[in-house]
Amino acid sequence: MLAIVSMATFAIFFLVPRLAGATAEGMASRYVGRTATEETAKLAAERLGFNDPLIVQYGRYVKGIVAGAEYDYGAGVEQCPAPCLGYSFITRQPVFPDLMNRLPVTLSLAIGAALIWVLLGVGIGVLSALRRGTVFDRFAMIVALAGVSLPIFFTGLISLQLFAYGNPFNWAAQGGYYVTIEDSPARWAYGLLLPWITLAFLFAATYARLTRAGMLETMNEDYIRTARAKGLVERKVIVKHGLRGALTPIITIFGLDFGLLIGGAVLTETAYSLNGLGKYAIDAITNQDLPKVMGVTLLAALFVILANLIVDLLYAVVDPRVRLT
Amino acid sequence: MSQQSFLDVKDLRIHFPTDDGLVKSVDGLTFGLERGKTLGIVGESGSGKSVTSLGILGLHKGGRARISGEIWLDGEELVSASPEHVRGLRGKKMAMIFQDPLSAMHPYYTVGDQIIEAYRIHHDVSKSVAKKHAIDMLGRVGIPEPTRRVDSYPHEFSGGMRQRAMIAMALSCDPELLIADEPTTALDVTVQAQILDLMRDLQREFNSALIIITHDLGVVAELSDDILVMYAGKCIEYGTTEDIFYRPEHPYTWGLLGSMPRLDREPTERLLPIKGSPPSLINVPPGCAFHPRCPYAELTGGKAGTEVPPLAETEGGHLVRCHLDKAERRRLWENEIKPVLETQ
Ligand SMILES: Nc1ncnc2c1ncn2[C@@H]1O[C@H](COP(=O)(O)OP(=O)(O)OP(=O)(O)O)[C@@H](O)[C@H]1O
Ligand code: SF4
Ligand SMILES: [Mg+2]
Repeated sequence: MLAIVSMATFAIFFLVPRLAGATAEGMASRYVGRTATEETAKLAAERLGFNDPLIVQYGRYVKGIVAGAEYDYGAGVEQCPAPCLGYSFITRQPVFPDLMNRLPVTLSLAIGAALIWVLLGVGIGVLSALRRGTVFDRFAMIVALAGVSLPIFFTGLISLQLFAYGNPFNWAAQGGYYVTIEDSPARWAYGLLLPWITLAFLFAATYARLTRAGMLETMNEDYIRTARAKGLVERKVIVKHGLRGALTPIITIFGLDFGLLIGGAVLTETAYSLNGLGKYAIDAITNQDLPKVMGVTLLAALFVILANLIVDLLYAVVDPRVRLT
Repeated sequence: MSQQSFLDVKDLRIHFPTDDGLVKSVDGLTFGLERGKTLGIVGESGSGKSVTSLGILGLHKGGRARISGEIWLDGEELVSASPEHVRGLRGKKMAMIFQDPLSAMHPYYTVGDQIIEAYRIHHDVSKSVAKKHAIDMLGRVGIPEPTRRVDSYPHEFSGGMRQRAMIAMALSCDPELLIADEPTTALDVTVQAQILDLMRDLQREFNSALIIITHDLGVVAELSDDILVMYAGKCIEYGTTEDIFYRPEHPYTWGLLGSMPRLDREPTERLLPIKGSPPSLINVPPGCAFHPRCPYAELTGGKAGTEVPPLAETEGGHLVRCHLDKAERRRLWENEIKPVLETQ
């Protein structure tokens, strides 16, 4: 686990700046401001250690995460307490508190959407499997096929059009008015409803297909026949025995999707001007604010890793045949 | 129609319309069974044995299957009864033990939970009461340390133990009719014998009517009172166990007797193997369904390929479906078949 995390920081540290095409002076000039002369930029680069060997820089970066860091670029010293995921010289703020401010927004978005898409996707999947070949099944599966095979920017735009711009109440107008759940749960939910639906719509298709396939398989298992032979009512046969048997792949995918999502739902957050991690990342990229990009990437990576771990643990709960080693 | 036995199956037909044609899995089956008695249903793979038993429980795949005939259980007719009513009887009045206990038990629930579930469907009791009952049942089917094993998952049991647990589950509501569909096929030989002993003991204890389905006559030899031999969805010979083993009259039954695996013989060594393979149930051969494989088909003078032989009584409830006349069948058995089967 720790090894994976450090690998992630390593990859982010070495790859992100280089992909962005940053040079030592280029980076430093951002730190000292646009009006700086080449001279001062060079000086700042030197002071901030941008000319040190990369491995030394990496050591400093990791040390910052663990113990905090100070940035001395000549015109003053900036404090960045641990965990220091970087310090933005554009906004003159450490990145980590920013991220923590944004996290509740993204979490609200992700949890609400996940709830909707799991209920919707799994529900439709189960019904489709039980009514295989009927009009309901065909229609649901065509929509789901479109949902999974069309590129996300396309379906994303369509769902935006459908749910946001095209809706009679013009709910989208409220975009950006995020109210914390502590302030008002009702307005929190109201403000997030459209983003939830949009996001859930994108994911539900995958879950419907997955559930349907899983249910078609488990409902043919011998243990379903056994459950019926006991005299169990059909509803319980379906849920307690059929769905339970089909759950494993759904949990896997869900863990991964959710892990990815709390790292930031870029498209949805941008569309609805929700100040979550996804929007933060986009803004950081637009401003070429490297420390922010690296910080948000690292956090997202952490979530994915964590989600993987939880999925692995859940496996053993869901399937008693899996032994944790 | 009046009802005589505890279980009375009359002219049962279960047909499945498929893309390739109509599959006549069960085609006019009639038999009866009393409480405390055991009926063996024997036949090769695909002869319709499982479909018959599932049909009695109302578990033949609902909408697509066409079922006709009558199934009387303790004075109630089941084919025309509502599915919900039949569901209420399942597990309580009639229960089933399946062939492969590994796949027939849910891998994600403990053995105890599955027995508890079976019990609580029909008994309004708390979980802890049901659990005590489950432990009691596991003990009765000979599972050691049932208090501990009740919390095991099926995969933690050996094959024989799983089948014992399956039996415990089926018997948990004290069913009056128990159907065991190849209860020992998935087990190795020594365990098979133990399970069969167990079933015999339990049947005496519970005084239930028992149907044992198998493709191996050896399995039913000691357990059954009566034996029904099935071929291509039809009964081709029916009689007491003595009738079938000592006075069999149908060439197919002779073949089954000749291919009975025995401990003192290599499994590949069959005395009178039945040539060819079972017919497709879509295109059942005309006339006697067994005629393409029957060594005596010519003796019936062409009738075998055109006319379906009736299931006729030869004597005292012993029924045979064959065009050969009684005397000829007995001569063949005494002179040609019996001596071969006894060569050892
Ligand atoms: N739902 C169904 N739809 C179509 N055909 C079916 C269905 N269920 C069973 N059959 C057919 O009915 C025939 C009899 O099947 P059945 O399972 O009763 O045989 P069996 O005698 O139990 O054989 P085995 O010894 O292999 O268990 C088979 O040919 C099978 O293909
Ligand atoms: S009717 Fe003819 S073919 Fe059929 S079993 Fe009898 S002898 Fe053989
Ligand atoms: Mg079978």
